[in-house]
Amino acid sequence: MHKVLVAKLSMGVVVMFVFAVFAMPPLYRLACDALGIGPQEYSAYEEAAAAVDETRTVKVQFMATNQANMPWIFEPAQFEVVVHPGQRSEVTYYAKNTTTRDMVAQAVPSVVPINAVNYLHKIECFCFEQQPLAAGEEVDMKLVFFVDPELPKSIGTITLSYSVFDITSRVSDPVAASLKAEPALITASN
Amino acid sequence: MNSLFLRTEKRVILRKTLRLFSLTFLALSGVYVQAQQEEVSSTALLNMPIGVSTISHEIYNLHMLIFWICVVIGVGVFGAMLWAMYFHRKSIGHEAENWHEHLGVELVWTIVPIFILVAMAWPATKTLIDLYDTSDAEIDIRVTGMQWKWQYEYLGEGVQYLSELSTSLDEIYNIEPKGEFYLQEVNNHLVIPVDTKVRFLLTGADVIHSFWVPDFAIKKDAIPGYITETWVEVTQTGVYRGECTELCGQGHAFMPVVVNVVEKDEYQFWLAEKKQEALDIAALTQVTFTMEELVERGEEAYLRSCAACHQANGQGIPPAFPALAGSAIVTGPVEAHLEIGVNGVAGTVMQAFGPLLSELDLAAILTYQRNAWGNDMGDVVQPIDVYNYIQAQ
Amino acid sequence: MAHGPAKGITRWLFTTNHKDIGTLYLWFSFAMFILGGFFAMVIRAELFEPGMQLVRPEFFNQMTTMHGLVMVFGAIMPSFVGLANWMIPLMIGAPDMALPRMNNLSFWILPPAFLMLASTLFMEGGGPNFGWTFYAPLSTTYAPDSVNFFIFAIHIMGASSIMGSINIVATVLNMRAPGMTMMKMPLFVWTWLITAFLLIAVMPVLAGAVTMMLMDINFGTAFFDAAGGGDPVLFQHIFWFFGHPEVYIIILPAFGVISEIIPTFSRKPLFGYASMVYATSAIAFLSFIVWAHHMFLVGIPISGQLYFMYATMLIAVPTGVKVFNWVSTMFRGSISYETPMLFAIAFIVLFTLGGFTGLMLSIAPSDVQYHDTYFVVAHFHYVMVAGAVFSMSAAVYYWLPKWSGRMYSEAMGKLHFWVSFIGFNITFFPQHFLGLAGMPRRYADYALQFADWNMVSSIGAFIYGASQILFLYNVVATIVAGKKVSEPKTWDGANGLEWTLPTPPPYHTFTTPPDLRDLHDHQLTDDQMEEHPGSATH
Repeated sequence: MHKVLVAKLSMGVVVMFVFAVFAMPPLYRLACDALGIGPQEYSAYEEAAAAVDETRTVKVQFMATNQANMPWIFEPAQFEVVVHPGQRSEVTYYAKNTTTRDMVAQAVPSVVPINAVNYLHKIECFCFEQQPLAAGEEVDMKLVFFVDPELPKSIGTITLSYSVFDITSRVSDPVAASLKAEPALITASN
Repeated sequence: MNSLFLRTEKRVILRKTLRLFSLTFLALSGVYVQAQQEEVSSTALLNMPIGVSTISHEIYNLHMLIFWICVVIGVGVFGAMLWAMYFHRKSIGHEAENWHEHLGVELVWTIVPIFILVAMAWPATKTLIDLYDTSDAEIDIRVTGMQWKWQYEYLGEGVQYLSELSTSLDEIYNIEPKGEFYLQEVNNHLVIPVDTKVRFLLTGADVIHSFWVPDFAIKKDAIPGYITETWVEVTQTGVYRGECTELCGQGHAFMPVVVNVVEKDEYQFWLAEKKQEALDIAALTQVTFTMEELVERGEEAYLRSCAACHQANGQGIPPAFPALAGSAIVTGPVEAHLEIGVNGVAGTVMQAFGPLLSELDLAAILTYQRNAWGNDMGDVVQPIDVYNYIQAQ
Repeated sequence: MAHGPAKGITRWLFTTNHKDIGTLYLWFSFAMFILGGFFAMVIRAELFEPGMQLVRPEFFNQMTTMHGLVMVFGAIMPSFVGLANWMIPLMIGAPDMALPRMNNLSFWILPPAFLMLASTLFMEGGGPNFGWTFYAPLSTTYAPDSVNFFIFAIHIMGASSIMGSINIVATVLNMRAPGMTMMKMPLFVWTWLITAFLLIAVMPVLAGAVTMMLMDINFGTAFFDAAGGGDPVLFQHIFWFFGHPEVYIIILPAFGVISEIIPTFSRKPLFGYASMVYATSAIAFLSFIVWAHHMFLVGIPISGQLYFMYATMLIAVPTGVKVFNWVSTMFRGSISYETPMLFAIAFIVLFTLGGFTGLMLSIAPSDVQYHDTYFVVAHFHYVMVAGAVFSMSAAVYYWLPKWSGRMYSEAMGKLHFWVSFIGFNITFFPQHFLGLAGMPRRYADYALQFADWNMVSSIGAFIYGASQILFLYNVVATIVAGKKVSEPKTWDGANGLEWTLPTPPPYHTFTTPPDLRDLHDHQLTDDQMEEHPGSATH
């Protein structure tokens, strides 16, 4: 009697774990999609650009920071642009792998002032994906953005900073790679 | 400790103790004492510095306001308590009364403090709004905290350099007497103009650091992957000294901030000079140096940039910081040594110095490492070797 | 017929008796207090003069980290759990704790946890060196390998605290004597009940934080690593969501102790009993919604700053109520100054000073200048040491005659008090000046203008450290050779069920619960104090 009960309970626990591991993530995503909640997709801004506000200009600055053990050359092609809110602009960042090994990098964006975060819309951005570069390889990475015309009047300058991290080991690590399989879940909202 | 140290450091304890206790009294009455040394900007011994920026005065006044409110409340509460402690003693035969509730009184001392708090919150809110001013700045400087130094970049100017502690290890380990600015001196100062709004954009390259200049009343965390901002408008020229205030590892106490505030034209002159200096150093990449020259420069640069981990004697602190003396890499082919010096070691605290140091300094450090502490490789790494190594990829 | 304690070591290993477990907790916490104090002495000795003299910076960081961890989790928290074990059943007329076997387990997992934590100091790469707040990524990507042992130790401590708390909640809610209604419980029981709820609420949060660290370090997740889309600041949010209530977990039982002692030696009932209960609850509630005032400089929006500033300032209101009530209790009393009373009065004064600096720290714009300086160090030592540790000393002198049946030497007790009071203030008062003048905390070495006050502070620390030897001597001398006392009431002004028991209390007490149904106040009447022998004298 007891043994049967224990066996049934154990089976139940195993089934629950299997369910939790394999069925929960897709269900979670379905629920999020249906209800419009959950983690923001780390993806491009897709709304149509708003009307351009010609009466006002905003300075947008670009910064690039290497983490201390990241040897790449990584820099914006231009330090700042002056735009009208609503106007689409394009800038590039240059990256070069100066080492003798193939590497993968991840650029992490950050914006100040903090209350401007929701008004800088990136339409196309290299921050959405990992950037592999072979030894010695270089690349120009495109960033397309516009500033929301709703930007509070008190803000005249927005600074967009990218920190570049070496994630080669993270990507080659099988545990990490399996977690990477669902990019929307492991990357931050922006 | 040698005799020189004893002579310069020894203090007359008794006299000093007396002085300290008299100072304590002054401190209790909130007196601001200015350090009288000429060069030390305005480091107060007992109280917060009034400082030299627009915001620092506001914060100082707010601090003193809250302090005095606390003093008044404290005098009231402790006064009542001392009264009871003296006049309601059992030993003088005071009989205890038995009351132990009074709704009215209890309501009063719940509600009155709320009004006092509102009186405090009002100026605090005003000051906070001033702190969060996001109007345009004339100069933007990126400040990157890394183990254990600061990197300053004048955005849009192409000027970027490291600022590292210049106090010698001999001073820290009590072999030499300590200088006046012990632990508050660096090889490259941050330079900003007076009466100009300067914005600092802070980020970290490894762990969290925090950038503090007390006289400016600015302090902000520098977080890896993120930027934070703060700003200052300094009203007085001078040299101001600050620190890292977020625990960032063993070198936490050894990464000071030193800021020169200069006249505006002097700033322009300095900026031009700094740009020229970068060109000059780059030009030196083409020059061939003797081993003596490289070892001499290399020792200095090594002590500044490497010794915090690998130690002055090259023994390191295994396992986190391997020894360089007798190391297979340092005593092996130059190629592998360059690889680590320039590109760092992924996943460890070994930084990639290629983007941080000049070719000349890197070459000097590598040459020094290959010929110090019994490594005796006898070979030389020239700046051009470093340049070619980086470009060859 | 109840049996007495078992013989030998098994009495302590297998005990389910609340008094034995209380004693174990108290001695364990005292041992940890000495260990943490030893770490503090290393810190202060190194900071005696500018320059590195005794230790290297990386070992200094291990000392500051271990000092904080051992004092918070090893000394202060278990000491109050020990006090709760001893006193709560006696105060509410219960025969024992509700869950005696779990009580045994919650104590006996602590020594291995701390043994493991302390052993990290001898491991390759050293022990935890990232501060007791262990901010990521210094504690994850850049941590020594021993961090995994640290995480395991924190897990065990958390489990122990949660078990202890569940036990206290179950005991207080279920085992009160007939007539001992909630609003008649002694205030110490009330504060512990609220503390226990706080512990149950936040210890799992700490466990979550260290588990996330464990995953980041060993299994490739990136909760706190920006490279994988995580956020180092998230760690601080989680940590302080635990950490701020933790502060009140430490201080609320101290409030309870002081609320027992002040009335006894003022010979006057506690003023505003009900408002004390409400104020304690209010503090507990507010402690959950103010955590980010520890993070004013990480770059949170101004609206967040304002909210956390206002909410933090509000804590001054219920805390003020408590202080006013204690002073009113003393007012027009008949005060005498035995050792517990001296510690209790020192508690009120010094804790209030710590409260004032706390109020100053809550002002977000000024916090720019205070944050992470010695001003903060001074502030939290005024509330932790002069608050929690002084109240614990007061509690030991207050109840030791009851526990042991022997009276301590009043002269030696007063000596201990004055040496620690003076030593404490010499140590920590100058740290306010150091912080304001610009000395950051967790510095292994400092600039020359800070030399004078650091030397004073170190001298004070050695005095304060030495005073704890007096404490140990007093306790041991009392237990071994103190004058025997057998009066149920040690103090003429004392009130409460524990004072109706024989001195020392028998191994089992209140096996027949006292009947308190005619109790109409939280104070027992003189008759009630007489008529409940209460003990299991059968």
